[in-house]
Amino acid sequence: MLAYIARRIVYVIPIVISVALVCFLLVHITPGDPLVAVLPADASQELAAQLRAAYGFDRPLPVQFGLWLLRALHGDLGNSIATGRPVLAEVMRAVSNTVTLAIAAAIIGFTMGILLGLIAGYFRETWIDKVATSFAIAGVSVPHYWLGMVLVIIFSVQLNWLPAVGAGPNGSNSWAWDWAHLQYLVLPAITTSVIPMGIVTRTVRALTGDILSQDFVEALRAKGLHETGVFRHVIKNAAPTALAVMGLQLGYMLGGSILIETVFSWPGSGFLLNSAIFQRDLPLLQGTILILALFFVFLNLLVDIAQAAIDPRIKRG
Amino acid sequence: MSELPLSATADAALQAAPATKARGYWATVGRRIRRDKVSMACALVLLLIFLSAILAPWLGLEDPYKGSMIRRLRHIGTVGYPLGTDELGRDMLARLIYGGRLSLVIGILPVILAFCIGTSLGLVAGYVGGKLNTAIMRTIDVFYAFPSVLLAIAISGALGAGILNSIVSLTVVFVPQITRVAESVTTGVRNMDFVEAARASGAGPFTIMRVHILGNVLGAIFVYATSLISVSMILAAGLSFLGLGTKPPEPEWGLMLNTLRTAIYVNPWVAALPGAMIFAVSICFNLLSDGLRSAMDIRN
Repeated sequence: MLAYIARRIVYVIPIVISVALVCFLLVHITPGDPLVAVLPADASQELAAQLRAAYGFDRPLPVQFGLWLLRALHGDLGNSIATGRPVLAEVMRAVSNTVTLAIAAAIIGFTMGILLGLIAGYFRETWIDKVATSFAIAGVSVPHYWLGMVLVIIFSVQLNWLPAVGAGPNGSNSWAWDWAHLQYLVLPAITTSVIPMGIVTRTVRALTGDILSQDFVEALRAKGLHETGVFRHVIKNAAPTALAVMGLQLGYMLGGSILIETVFSWPGSGFLLNSAIFQRDLPLLQGTILILALFFVFLNLLVDIAQAAIDPRIKRG
Repeated sequence: MSELPLSATADAALQAAPATKARGYWATVGRRIRRDKVSMACALVLLLIFLSAILAPWLGLEDPYKGSMIRRLRHIGTVGYPLGTDELGRDMLARLIYGGRLSLVIGILPVILAFCIGTSLGLVAGYVGGKLNTAIMRTIDVFYAFPSVLLAIAISGALGAGILNSIVSLTVVFVPQITRVAESVTTGVRNMDFVEAARASGAGPFTIMRVHILGNVLGAIFVYATSLISVSMILAAGLSFLGLGTKPPEPEWGLMLNTLRTAIYVNPWVAALPGAMIFAVSICFNLLSDGLRSAMDIRN
């Protein structure tokens, strides 16, 4: 197992460096001068050259990348142009809100997905299967930002049950686990949960169907095992693949939350990314994307290792 | 698939053999999908949306750009404005139908572009193998390190707002996914006997890829690509929704949803209409793609 983990970690290193390279280059595909946000419009040639030298933009690209990477390794992603605060601190504070949202959504989406998938797979080709599958297809096809709007219309505008935007009373940005804060989490979490719900349902349904059609299930039933016992075998066999899919989905929720966070003004990493884009705050844009992508890479690594721990066949593959 | 003349050379006759078989296969697939009620219903809905978008100027609709301060945010069912009016008093029905033009193009074009690029890359990587395969596939892996929504927004955020930039960024998101599928199906076909036979009869690598491999892998890649259209529609409209795609006053579903967001307290259901269009197109493409996949799975 340790050898497998070591091999996987070695494999991740070039990916991490390439991810850093992509984030670094993002700023350089940006049309116009990267200094445009800090430079006054009537700046002289000398001032522009001075600033360029101060920011290191006058050096060759590979040198700039090396220096940037070295600083990033020490946790220095530069300062936000808009607020002047260190990028890393800004991003980490926002990421904690996104993690809260993703975990809440994962609890809803994965529970629903596993239940619907098991039921649909067990009652294959019946009306129950059709209903569960329709839920799954709707979940993966719905523009989630629109679903968020519709939920706000129903539960905030018309019924006035839940708040429409924000993450706490009086625009508070610090999270707490009480109802005053939790009510702000309900709608964004439900909205975020529909895609993982749909994908987990489809995966679990397919797995359940495949497992139930295998010979060993026939044997289990023949020896007189109760259906709940059969189900235990189904769950055990479906777990490694289902867990891998859920791990990936958690990663997508962390990295792809920008649209939902914009709809609900949820102060997470996606919301931060949105403001970084529109204020042309390039260090913040670069830093947010780098950290979110690194989260995703490490989550994938964890999923791979967890999957190998559950299913010993994978290590040999 | 074009019919080859009977007077073809021996080599062409050799190529024609799989082509006849393939036509039989596609005819079966066509028959199976025509019998699938859900797929046919989805195809009909999509056809209606496409036709109305194309024929929009001849449908006798209101001007989708002409607003009026005195008739803003009318309700659904108002006389003369069956779907109400938007925040600038423009007719919603006209804007939804005209909106289909841009929305469908920016949603579908990235998948078509990625299909062409990804198939070529995957075919070359899978057929040539070796160092070239490693180079292409490891580059592709880097893009897999980003969640697709994040990658699309990062690229279009860096490039700046605009229709072209949003198409470019979505194409970049889908190329790796299609390349991976294309590479894996090509690798499965490249060592088969008929490819070996073609190589033995002196066919060059380009001819083998074009004539012998492409026809055998295109179906699988195509079905995979159709399943991406739904995601692409949602993401393309999502980019416009964030303000990274289309610019006002252009009618486009994602952008309309964004500008109508402030109206949810005044006239909520009119504000929700553009999203319902995105949902309808996306779910129809998803169901159609599922239907196509099971129709092509002849084993069952």
